[in-house]
Amino acid sequence: MQANPKGVLTGTHFLDGDQACCEGALAAGARFAAGYPITPSTEIVERFAWRIPTVGGMFIQMEDELAASIAILGAVWGGAKAFTVTSGPGFSLMMEHIGYAAMTETPCVFVDVQRGGPSTGLPTLPAQGDMMQARWGSHGDYEIIALCPNSPQECFDVTIRAFNLAEEFRVPVMLMMDECVGHMTEKVVIPRAEEIEIYPRRHTARGPGEYWPYETNGDLVPEMAHAGEGYRFHITGLTHDERGYPAMNAAAQDRLVRRLKNKIRAAADRLALYEEEATEDAEVVVVSYGITSRVAQRAVEMARQRGIRVGKFRLVAAWPFPAARLRELAQRVKVFVVPELNCGQMVLEVERAAAGMARIIPVTHAGGDVHRPETILEAIVEAAR
Amino acid sequence: MTAVVETPVINPVEPFLRMDRMPHIWCPGCGIGTTVNCFARALIESKADPEKLAVVSGIGCTGRVAGYLHVDSFHTTHGRAIPFATGLKLANPSLQVVVYSGDGDLFAIGGNHLIHAARRNIDLKVICVNNFIYAMTGGQTAPTTPEPATTTTAPYGSYEPAFNLPYLTESAGATYVARWTTYHVRQLTRSIVEMLQKKGFCLIEVLSPCPTLYQRRNRLGDALETMKYYKERSKTRHGAPTSEVGLTMQGDIVVGKFVDRDRPDYLESMRRRLAEQLGDKFAGVGVLA
Amino acid sequence: MAKGFVCIQVERCKGCGFCVEFCPTRVLALSSAFNSKGYHPPHVVNGEKCSGCDLCGIYCPDFAIFGWKARASEGAAHAG
Repeated sequence: MQANPKGVLTGTHFLDGDQACCEGALAAGARFAAGYPITPSTEIVERFAWRIPTVGGMFIQMEDELAASIAILGAVWGGAKAFTVTSGPGFSLMMEHIGYAAMTETPCVFVDVQRGGPSTGLPTLPAQGDMMQARWGSHGDYEIIALCPNSPQECFDVTIRAFNLAEEFRVPVMLMMDECVGHMTEKVVIPRAEEIEIYPRRHTARGPGEYWPYETNGDLVPEMAHAGEGYRFHITGLTHDERGYPAMNAAAQDRLVRRLKNKIRAAADRLALYEEEATEDAEVVVVSYGITSRVAQRAVEMARQRGIRVGKFRLVAAWPFPAARLRELAQRVKVFVVPELNCGQMVLEVERAAAGMARIIPVTHAGGDVHRPETILEAIVEAAR
Repeated sequence: MTAVVETPVINPVEPFLRMDRMPHIWCPGCGIGTTVNCFARALIESKADPEKLAVVSGIGCTGRVAGYLHVDSFHTTHGRAIPFATGLKLANPSLQVVVYSGDGDLFAIGGNHLIHAARRNIDLKVICVNNFIYAMTGGQTAPTTPEPATTTTAPYGSYEPAFNLPYLTESAGATYVARWTTYHVRQLTRSIVEMLQKKGFCLIEVLSPCPTLYQRRNRLGDALETMKYYKERSKTRHGAPTSEVGLTMQGDIVVGKFVDRDRPDYLESMRRRLAEQLGDKFAGVGVLA
Repeated sequence: MAKGFVCIQVERCKGCGFCVEFCPTRVLALSSAFNSKGYHPPHVVNGEKCSGCDLCGIYCPDFAIFGWKARASEGAAHAG
């Protein structure tokens, strides 16, 4: 279906990534946001609090991130599209409800504008140190989707995509921004509502009495009902059966957890969002994401001027990781250079995908700044040697 | 033997329960079932539409209540029933949202959420079953455990002061606060009916036996003896200042309706403020895009 | 002639004794028999005194008993 024009600020704007993310959420149909102030993400909900009363909907500032991250889940079961935004310390607190959302299959979006960590770290400075936390931060086995935009325009576009994927797969989707992308201001073009495709809620067509909340119909993703519609359903974070009732045994656990994982894994190829440039004849490929991909772009251009056959591979989705494509590339690429604003997180996935077929050169950075293009260039030069 | 007269053949509360999940997990003599019984009877009495009612629980023995009620029901995470219910209520204000959970869930791990929901005056109806202990995990000290009761984590007796739940809840801004025990089934039922008709953040504390863990460990007898203690030592004092209703181990229990006042609830305040400020530009608080 | 009846669902009972203790007219007693879970359920000992007040029903934590008021044509208390 098409976006509701009420939330779409069609036109050409000069926005930072945080503001663009907010506009993306509004365009995607989010009408409920709950948050707790934390740098450098706060501008997203500040804008939402300012915009939403004229669009229709609400923002509530909760008492902490635990509350914000479950208030949105309550709102979703009440019928809303909802999201919350945070940064490292708040993201840590939200882990419990990322797990609850995964377990109860509640479609929602968590935005993490990454800053330096651990702990309070560098509140106003960038990092990409939460990438593994996004994937593995809550306890137990589950699968999520995580996207990482690299510009304000993408903050708009990818936020819409995040909401659509959340609805399609009934999972929490992580939008992994970083301080630089969040605070950089660029041109953002917001299209007309009819040009924006929205994935509607997978609401059951069955009537009360014929409906169980976790009965699947072929494609591993069950259909939803909302509270107050007469279904009188039960939702729990305990391991449950198709009826939503607690089922405390290994067989029920196996069935549920494998389905929660497989609904994403089965679509991994389609969910592997990436951008590739000049990889056809590349000996070296730079794998990067978020703000680092913009620095890597410069480094790649500098390397090409020196005649190095270097390509670029940018993750738009970090999770599920596009392992299949990287494995193909590994068969003919000599070296993957992996710069990121952490001490080596996604590089582990690149290594896993390459499976020894290509050499890996991580270009780590503890955060607080971005790489210098020359640093990445050095790694490319070394790789090509 | 079967009744063979023209009479109701099912218990009147059954339509409000998930009978396919019975028997429930609660121990013999546990009072939670009695509170559920009163709740179901209050629904009958108030003619509440069960399809417009949602029950949200946290974790623990009382956290299991949501799963036994045949309404839209949510068993959430530990301590977070109130913020979940906040989102649910705000998204669909036509729902009657009841939070049904235990003392540890609502006042320890969830304490911050409770006071803020009361401060905001979110239209939630909270039933707090207080059994003085963390029962699901085997009998650890709760914020309500009276001195000097012993628990598995206070093997030499508790030396922490306990929370006075009505005092705390009133101070935070609740519009309705009452306390009963599982002995006071008629009063509790009436109180729930009254609460369901009230607007704003409301809380009823219900003292309930935990014969398996609290009473037995403290040599206070079985559930029936606890019920007799509730009967003998409870003093009904409607309107009692909540500062005076703190509980002691085996002392008098002040019960009654302590707080019943009106103030604008969260949604009302939000709507009024935004309408004042934005005039015709205000598009309402409906979240369904 | 009894003014009311009780219906006891023996298998749901966990033997707490609340219904026996708080019946205002002492209609019930705990049975010496066991149900299949090993609890002693209540049984009717003074059926003619039952007023059908349903206090037993409200107290029961296990939804195992309830009372109702008789219509003119009905007789004694029952267990089922």
